[in-house]
Amino acid sequence: MSHVRKAVRRAVGSYYGSKDGLIQILLDLQSELGWLSGKVLREVSRQLGVPATRVYQIATYYKAFSLHPKGKHIITVCMGTACQVRGAPTLLDRISTMLNLKPGETSRDMRFSLETVNCLGCCAMGPMVVIDGVYHSNPSISQLEEIFESVK
Amino acid sequence: MKKLVTLEIDKKQVKAKEGMTVLQAAKEAGIEIPTLCYHEELKPYGACRVCSVEVEKGGRVRIVAACGYKVEEGLVVRTRSPRVDKIRRGIVELIAPTVMANKDVTGEIKKLANEYGADIHRFESRFRATPMRCILCGICVRYCDEVVGAHAIGFVGRGIDRRVVFFPEEAKACIECRACADICPVCEIPCDTDFVVFSGFSVDDWLARKV
Amino acid sequence: MVNKKLCSPEEFEKLRKDILSKKDPNRSIVSICTMSACGQARGSLNIYQRFQEEIKHAGLEGKVEIKGTGCQGFCEREPVVIIFPEGIYYLDVSTEDVPEIVSKTLVKKEVLERLVYKDSVSGEKVAKGAEIPFYKSQSPHVFGNNKYINPRDIGDYIALGGYASLHKALFQMTPERVIEQVKKANLRGRGGGGFPTGLKWETTRNAPGTPKYVLINCDEGDPGAYMDRSLMEGNPHSVLEGFIIGAYAMGAHQGFIYIRQEYPLACENVEIALKQAEEYGFLGEDILGSGFDFKVKVHRGAGAFVSGESSALMSAVEGKVGEPRMKYTHNAVEGVMGKPSCLNNVETWANIPLIINKGANWFNSIGTERSKGTKIFSLVGKVNNTGLVEVPMGTTLRQIIYDIGGGIRGGKKFKGVQTGGPSGGILPEQYLDTPVDFDELTKLGSMMGSGGMVVMDEDTCMVDMARYFINFCCDESCGKCIPGREGLRVLREILTDICEGKGKEGDIEAIEDVAELMKDASLCAMGRTAANPALTTLRYFREEYEAHIKEKRCPAKVCKSLINYYIDPERCQACMICMRNCPVGAINGGKDLVHWIDQEKCTKCGTCFEVCPPRFSAVKKISGEPVPPPQRTKVIRKKGG
Repeated sequence: MSHVRKAVRRAVGSYYGSKDGLIQILLDLQSELGWLSGKVLREVSRQLGVPATRVYQIATYYKAFSLHPKGKHIITVCMGTACQVRGAPTLLDRISTMLNLKPGETSRDMRFSLETVNCLGCCAMGPMVVIDGVYHSNPSISQLEEIFESVK
Repeated sequence: MKKLVTLEIDKKQVKAKEGMTVLQAAKEAGIEIPTLCYHEELKPYGACRVCSVEVEKGGRVRIVAACGYKVEEGLVVRTRSPRVDKIRRGIVELIAPTVMANKDVTGEIKKLANEYGADIHRFESRFRATPMRCILCGICVRYCDEVVGAHAIGFVGRGIDRRVVFFPEEAKACIECRACADICPVCEIPCDTDFVVFSGFSVDDWLARKV
Repeated sequence: MVNKKLCSPEEFEKLRKDILSKKDPNRSIVSICTMSACGQARGSLNIYQRFQEEIKHAGLEGKVEIKGTGCQGFCEREPVVIIFPEGIYYLDVSTEDVPEIVSKTLVKKEVLERLVYKDSVSGEKVAKGAEIPFYKSQSPHVFGNNKYINPRDIGDYIALGGYASLHKALFQMTPERVIEQVKKANLRGRGGGGFPTGLKWETTRNAPGTPKYVLINCDEGDPGAYMDRSLMEGNPHSVLEGFIIGAYAMGAHQGFIYIRQEYPLACENVEIALKQAEEYGFLGEDILGSGFDFKVKVHRGAGAFVSGESSALMSAVEGKVGEPRMKYTHNAVEGVMGKPSCLNNVETWANIPLIINKGANWFNSIGTERSKGTKIFSLVGKVNNTGLVEVPMGTTLRQIIYDIGGGIRGGKKFKGVQTGGPSGGILPEQYLDTPVDFDELTKLGSMMGSGGMVVMDEDTCMVDMARYFINFCCDESCGKCIPGREGLRVLREILTDICEGKGKEGDIEAIEDVAELMKDASLCAMGRTAANPALTTLRYFREEYEAHIKEKRCPAKVCKSLINYYIDPERCQACMICMRNCPVGAINGGKDLVHWIDQEKCTKCGTCFEVCPPRFSAVKKISGEPVPPPQRTKVIRKKGG
């Protein structure tokens, strides 16, 4: 609990305890802790002085926040229009089959989380997939196999 | 002393104080505009769109929500018209599947369905989720926020996953209130007799279902 | 700690002269797009590193500068390496090419023919960037500086004349005069709305109430658009300069930059730019000694397209949830915390320094009668040359897609071009000669929008695209209002049904009815325009809808439920490649036996279609007709097969 309290204090402090920094505080905590547990959300509510309803509303409204633990390796497939037209659904299907995960799911062993994003902004090079923060443009099946093997 | 403006509502000349909404001005002039998410003690929200009316200014016609649009000098308002009626009918038809119980709708929504000739079964086959009964008008949430100040009920999620949930810890502090249950236009807020635990509506239940 | 703060225009002039004196115009510069997510995706960082190694080996350190820049525009051919001062462009560069580039081009000043642009028809080779067809017809006034600038070094921006417009505005113009110039230039908002910027600024300035706020909208949620990302990553100071000028003109002392968190590199570069601008005194108190104060805060988005809508954005900046609010008063009068607030798009702000520097008359000389200046487009999809292009308003779709874009890739047939994101529409071939500006595309039911331009070919199903956009809006809907939330739910179900072969009579009318309701009664502009992709595809590609509904056929052979994969027994050469690659073992056959697909097992993943060798092309997609029964026959050997 004190680990959570400290993390929240740091995040709240970097926005000088200002209530209008709520979304930014949650972004920092999501980045640091990997997910936002109920404990974290309650602690933010307490330390920032905003109702829990507002903290939960924001945490559940935005795609960036996860209220459940995520896998160690995050795979994000872009589903933007340009990627769509260049075969994103096929790429997603392929990765989904390879990892045996549906978009939004995390593997039982907590190794992989598969997600989609509505546009990464790399539209000229689609279809795009981001694996552990590294961007890949139109990866082949063998390239994907190599990447997943290397992190297993 | 607020300035008075003159506007026309349904061909009637109406005087209203500057800063009033078309909804308020119409009410004072004896013209009822239907609403679902409006409550006089709360700030206008604009979610149900049932109070949509035609306003005409400088030859330009727009559809606006009467609960939020402020009166203007020379404004021409039509609270009923083929276009307005079609909107209200459409809104009822869209919301009907989620509030339907025993193949019918009740209360305010039933009144609107009858008045505007809505086919409440029109989009039934297109609604493939579990009916929640809640129309997400937000009156309970806003009342608890703005009037009671307990902040025990809130919105979570987004889009068609948007829900109203209760926060058990905060709700413990509002045992005597019951305002949310009384105020709900669809009468669907469930509560036990001792009003402590709101099963199925608690935020923790919602989160558990989302895994 | 050296105090770099410039306290007067004279100090600024001195700094610029200092910076310029250190730049040798004859020194070679290797410009590589590393300051961009997509450049990195193609390996530009490895290329940069290799250059560092090779230049060291060749003893050229100090003689050759390697510059990591933002997006240079010709994204399809990344990694691109530009050699200055000659302006030679090397395309599709790999790390193996680097030693030769160093030894041949940098040392011997020889051009490496194999790496330059080659015209696919004439075979003509073009080494100079300005002469490459992709760049030739562009007018890169706003975007062109990206290739010269390291976005993390304010000195590069100053060397190109950066902040001179701010200097001019603060010391030679009154705020009213600045607004007058912006009005005279007829600049219209570049984020999609096209509202006259000068008028917005004037309204904000004149609105009663303080403090006033100015905001940059870098939410850029339109899928397929990345102009704003590239400006913020590659030349953040150009946007900042316009921002500060605007703040001065409107009397605002606090600014917010709303930037989506899906752009982490842009967030980083903006923070660095703000820090450097502050260090030098272009931001903060008493800017350049003018007495004008201005501070800027960055606010990151958290993954919600609708938060880019102006009332939602301002709500988010206040720390509340970023969903639209019912507003009948302009934000310029009542915005953040109910105070006058001016929100403009990234590209709009980036145009300001140009207008102040070159004047309103110059700006008016570009574009059409009601749409002045240039527009940056992200030209993506099925064109040969994808990337960012900047052209004068009024350039036609055909010029952009064919002259600049090089036409449809793979020799396929053009089918439609999508503009305006989820609020826009798809226009077919007969409208290719429409000039692109704020008004002409709108007349046809589409819109220019923020600049995303997705080109589609014969392999794109328009019903599927409508479904895609409605699905997007349904996913991104805030859920607050009934027409938006429930309207999108119903539209999504109808369109999904049609794509799955479950469409029925009355579906098209239902789509049109719901669309009309959403248009009239939704709370925000996103709800009002969300049905546009469905409406425009109905208008221009109705026969595709009817094929799906009446014949259960997908003319483009995309919708999985309406297609079957079939191996033509006349063409199959039994190479077994498809058999080996089928993930579900649905293909039967053998060494000399024609292969055939077991339709019960087939998941329609398309792998067999992709892996069948082009010289056989035996796998076909069929739709709307029954699959011929399998033939277990011996293969018909083709000569040379």
